[in-house]
Amino acid sequence: MEQHNSNAVIDVRQLHTCYGKAVVHDNVSLAVRPGEIFSLVGGSGCGKSTLLRAIIMLLQPVSGSIRVFGQEVIGLSDERALDLRRRWGVMFERGALFSSLTVAENVAMVLREHTQLSARLIDEVVALKIALTGLPATAGSKYPSELSGGMRKRAALARAIALDPELLFLDEPTAGLDPLSASGIDELVRNLRDALGLTIMMVTHDLDLLWQTADRVGVLDGGRILGVGTMEELSQSEHPVIREYFYGTRGRSAREQAWKKK
Amino acid sequence: MTAEQIAKLIIQTDTAPATEAVKVRCTGAWTVQGIAQLERQLKDMVWPVAADLEIDSSAISALDTSGAWLLHRTVRALEQQGRSVRIIGLRPEFGSLLELVSARAGFAGNTTHPKDGLLETIGRQAWQSLENVSGMLVFVGESSIALLRTIVQPRRIRWRTILHNIQSAGFEALPIVGLLSFLMGVVIAYQGADQLQRIGANIYIADLVGLTMLRELSPLLTAIIVAGRSGSAYAAQIGTMKVTEEIDALRTIGVAPQELLVLPKMLALVIALPLLTVYADLTGVLGGMIMASSKLDVSFVVFIDRFGDAVKLSSFLTGIVKAPVFAAIIALVGCYQGFQVTGSADSVGRQTTLSVVHAIFLVIVADALFSVVFNWLRI
Repeated sequence: MEQHNSNAVIDVRQLHTCYGKAVVHDNVSLAVRPGEIFSLVGGSGCGKSTLLRAIIMLLQPVSGSIRVFGQEVIGLSDERALDLRRRWGVMFERGALFSSLTVAENVAMVLREHTQLSARLIDEVVALKIALTGLPATAGSKYPSELSGGMRKRAALARAIALDPELLFLDEPTAGLDPLSASGIDELVRNLRDALGLTIMMVTHDLDLLWQTADRVGVLDGGRILGVGTMEELSQSEHPVIREYFYGTRGRSAREQAWKKK
Repeated sequence: MTAEQIAKLIIQTDTAPATEAVKVRCTGAWTVQGIAQLERQLKDMVWPVAADLEIDSSAISALDTSGAWLLHRTVRALEQQGRSVRIIGLRPEFGSLLELVSARAGFAGNTTHPKDGLLETIGRQAWQSLENVSGMLVFVGESSIALLRTIVQPRRIRWRTILHNIQSAGFEALPIVGLLSFLMGVVIAYQGADQLQRIGANIYIADLVGLTMLRELSPLLTAIIVAGRSGSAYAAQIGTMKVTEEIDALRTIGVAPQELLVLPKMLALVIALPLLTVYADLTGVLGGMIMASSKLDVSFVVFIDRFGDAVKLSSFLTGIVKAPVFAAIIALVGCYQGFQVTGSADSVGRQTTLSVVHAIFLVIVADALFSVVFNWLRI
């Protein structure tokens, strides 16, 4: 168990995190393989988002090890961290688009900051990214406050993939969206992975999204990983919390829908 | 960055017989980090005249959407010049990416925000100013209605909020108001001392400090400090609530935002500002007194004796009467600018600045009007 899996894109080992005295993660280990869509699930407040924040270096864990692309991220120097940060994109739960910039400027800012491309090429690449996320071309010149929730998520996604990252973190990509927009996001996530060869790690409550997109799922509860596996494997699990998660009314209908689609 | 990581495009003119397609070799990493140099070269690249081009892309080691876009753009530009272009040797995964990019390119539109012309900017600004004035009037009207409604039903007055606001806008402002007013009294006495000493009218320092502080300076100074301290806070608080839709939430719960957010602030300031002004009067005159005794040898007792003769109650009252009006201006402007916030963090900052600028401007205008009226009434 001590050995790091050199193949994994993200490799978390024996992670402990605390907020003050409250223990958030107690010995959490998981690995995300290249090219897969890995999803973290669990009840509200179980530390999913905290785990994500620890991996993307927004939060310092108490102990343990987190390797991304084989590089230990805990205690990484700022310079090395920058190289790593360029290789991943993050989409925050509420988009976190810069409200004083238009959508296009939001995406362009990342490119301007980290590349030496000409202004014209940046504009073209930005337009392409916006089109890739399924936004209409007119959305680029709008401010985030002028967009609907679903469009804002797509715009946030456009910014997250601005640098063509190898790894994408999505925090609740479908939270607060209507079912139609949400299923649009399902499809988008899958298409992006297939087209751009991304590895995706997401945090979600959305059972539909899980059945439709996730290759593997990790269930987090009470600061521990209860189980990791495909949705089919997990739905066979005997663990009471996992069973409740998948066999509640909402879980059942999502599963039925997934089977129907197949 | 090593040589393999930089994207290159080489036109192989030397080997090709004139009849065959010209070969173009693409190598390196066509990625967002690797194509910057190539992009600059492509701009000035001289393409051979041949009608057929064959792009050999088997040596491309990495391709991302930006690189695919550059390739797509180059090919399209060549095709528009009437050449036929073939891409060979592209790895299948890169091929599908290139296809995706070409397919999506049609949907990509102009993303730059349209820029306004000079005339349009002037017109827009003028219209905004007009709207601002009418909006302010509407706001004053709405606030008055809310005020009348609470006067009719006094139990709707939120005393707890008012007291809280009096504490934060009044009590907590005591140190800064006291200090600045004290210094202002010192400065006036110091400036006046020289002139009065020259004509041997030392005792009139009490008139000078008393009248300037009580009639003009302490109401104005206090109002400006409070506009900077509390007016801006009101604008920022209400503005942020607007961004997070808390104002809308209030409306849906059936609480008029004016009643909960504006009235308590206004009433609190109307109570607190006159009190602060009295305090500023005291500290200002104290400052003048200390300066008078140290520079002009006018002792405290003599000063206060003269002060009683020189400064009538009406002088004190003309200063205090202004304070509630200034208070209403500051509270209304601050809250109004808060309600004008639209959606972005930027907007909160802009409206907060405006709240302070407009409040101070209007306070000084009101002060000038008061002077005219008092002069007319011979007070």
